[in-house]
Order: sequence, then structure tokens, then C-alpha cells
Amino acid sequence: METLERLLLGHKFLAGIDPAFGRLLVGCTRNLRFAPGQFLFREGAPADEFYLIREGRVALELHAPGRPPLVIATLGEGELVGASWLVPPYRWGFDARASTDTRVFGLDARCLREKCDADHHLGYEMMRRLLPVMVGRMQAARQQLLDVYGHPAA
Amino acid sequence: MSAVARAPATADPMQPAPWRVRAVRRETEDVVSLDLVPLAGAVPGFAPGQFNMLYAFGIGEVPISLSGDPADTTRYVHTVRAVGAVSAAIVGAAPGSVLGLRGPFGSAWPVAAAEGHDLLIVAGGLGLAPLRPAIYQVLASSERFGRIAVLYGGRGPAELLFRDELAAWGARADVTVAVTVDHADPSWHGHVGVVPALLDKVGFDPASTVALLCGPEVMLRFTATALCGAGVAAERIHLSMERNMKCAVGLCGHCQFGPDFVCKDGAVLRYDRIAARLAAREI
Repeated sequence: METLERLLLGHKFLAGIDPAFGRLLVGCTRNLRFAPGQFLFREGAPADEFYLIREGRVALELHAPGRPPLVIATLGEGELVGASWLVPPYRWGFDARASTDTRVFGLDARCLREKCDADHHLGYEMMRRLLPVMVGRMQAARQQLLDVYGHPAA
Repeated sequence: MSAVARAPATADPMQPAPWRVRAVRRETEDVVSLDLVPLAGAVPGFAPGQFNMLYAFGIGEVPISLSGDPADTTRYVHTVRAVGAVSAAIVGAAPGSVLGLRGPFGSAWPVAAAEGHDLLIVAGGLGLAPLRPAIYQVLASSERFGRIAVLYGGRGPAELLFRDELAAWGARADVTVAVTVDHADPSWHGHVGVVPALLDKVGFDPASTVALLCGPEVMLRFTATALCGAGVAAERIHLSMERNMKCAVGLCGHCQFGPDFVCKDGAVLRYDRIAARLAAREI
């Protein structure tokens, strides 16, 4: 457990976190490995675990009938996968699939939600770390909407 | 300021000289690279970042950046996308046909001034073409620089330029190459996302970084903002601007961008000089 705690607290998403919070988090954490092509989660499934990538790459995909899935973003080492575990009804809004051999920390979302509810300092600390990630991704998605590489007017 | 522009090769900068299309390489569905050689005389030297005015006879003239190796004195290379009547005619030019050419014009990437610094070369879409001469020059003497990274973003995998060269550069130990696309299907195993997101994936010392940016203006704006946010000084960020250039020598005013004529004072301009204008609407 000591090793897992040290590795977990060394993850970029948790950099500098109070060690007391780290000890709470490690109780909800497990090591996982995904092979290329394997799904971390599928759209609509319960968001009961989220992931911190240690190594590898994860593609976030949307699917629609009659066309291949659309990859909307890829995430890599030091990044967090998934925020739906925080928001009722706690179901994933897209697919997440390993593009390469990928190692992650899986954090039990129910366990963490309960700990955040019980200790609002921990809850605030998690929100403080999650919100910039979510805002950054929303802004990136807006930039992608601009389709800046499309053909300029002739 | 960016490097001083060289004088145009032709005696009269408004007089196109005939150049023959020696070879055409298709880069993507609507982009080709043309090798051009003069009908008379030697190929004049150029500095990375400069452009020529290419004239499709009877149709019109457009500014196109040089995209070849500045050390190659046997030809000019231009990478062109068909977006209008003139560029479509140039893209459709067959080997052996003749185009008019004036230039080279404009300012240059500050490659020599970047020596001793970490160097970030950030391109979007067709913007990799004007940066490629700088990449050639930098990689020819990479030991003079700190860490070197080439970051490139495109719309989709099929629209990326110079894919073989990107792979070759990426295989080198002296440069980090990161490529991203806005959208892809799962057969693409590279990054998906916007170019500024790549900045987190490469190592650079903001206090000692020079950044060269070329691409759509929106991408330039967001990337320059992200670089400043990471601590890179605005005076060490250089952008290649695109405007409606006609005379190419600072006379006609078509390319006016505030107090600058992009053709003469640019196209490579320092971010601290233009940041306020870049954020303004309708300039």
C-alpha cells in the first residue's frame, strides 16, 4: 500500500496534495492495465470508477449509426479520464478506449464520493483540481468547433 | 524584430520572371508541392519564412511561402492549397509549364537569434509549409539549440502535410515531434485535440524558449496565449501572419495590419508587437 500511495501521490493530477488526503484516496485506488483497443468504459454505463493515466494513451470516442466512431480527444500520461462520476446520474457520456498499452490508477468513484461528502475539505480539494481540467477541455472543444483548418474563403 | 528581409531577386520587384514547374508532388487531396526552376539565371537564396508572388498567367497572382530547404540552391519549393481561381490554377500546373514569380519577399524566422535557446516550432494545417525551411535549417545544426520540438496540428489525419518527414524528424534524438488532429476515427493512434494541448507533452524551459508559430490566425492566437500563460515572453514568440498581399513591397496597402504592411514588415512578426491587434476584431 505504501508503494501505491507513493505512486498515486506522484501523479501529476494529485501533485502537492495534502498527504492526509492521499491516504484517504489510496484506500479507493487500484492499479489497472488496458490493452490497445480495450475500453475503460462505455457510454451510458455507470460511472463508478474514474482513471488517472500513468502511461499510455486513451481515446475519448463518440459513436453514431452508419459511421465509424469519432475520436474527440486523446489523453495521456498525467491526465484524468472522466468527470461523470461527479455528476448525477453518474453515467458516462462517451466511450473511453485505450489506444496503446495503458496503465492507470482506477479510483472507486462511490468510495470517493462518500469520502468527499464526509470531508468537505477533501471534496473542495478534488473540485479545485478537477475544475481547471474540465474548463480546459471545454475551451479546447470550443476551439475544435471552429474547424480552423477548414478551407478559407476563396 | 524578426530577421531583416532580403532584397527581391528580380531587379524590378513588380516584374514577374518566368519559372518552369520541374516537378509536382501531391501532399494531400487539395495540396501540392511544386519544384520551380528559373528559365534564366540561378536560383536566388532565400531566408526561411519568406514568400514569393506566384503568377498564373492570365488568371492572377498570389503570395506563397517558400517551403523547401534554404540550403538547396537548385530549386524553389512551394506548397500550395487550391482555395481560389489562382491557387487552383497553380495547383493544377503540370510539370513543364511556366509560372511567373516575383520575390523572395518579407521577413524571416529568427533562426540564428534562437540559437542557445529551447525552440518550439508550432504549426497548424498548411502552416507547416512556411516553417519547414526553418526546420531544415535548425536540424542541420541542432547542436546550437537547446531542446527542439515541432508541434503540428491538422484537421484530420488525411490532411496532414509532409507525413514522411514528420516521421523521420520524430525518429531523431535531437528533436521531439508531436502531431495532433482535431478529429479522427479510431484507426488514428496519434493525439486528438487542439495544438495548444501539445505544449504539455513536450519539455521546454519557458524562460529560455523561442517559439515560431504559423497556421490559421485563431490557432496562432490561442497558442500564443497558452505560451504566454506558460511563461514564455511575448518578445520571443514569432508568428507568420496572413493578409491579402498584392504588391508585396509595401506600396499598395492591401495587406495593412495596423501600422504594419504584412508583406514588407512581416509576414513573420513578433507577438509583443501585434498581440493587441491580433485580439482586435476586424483588423
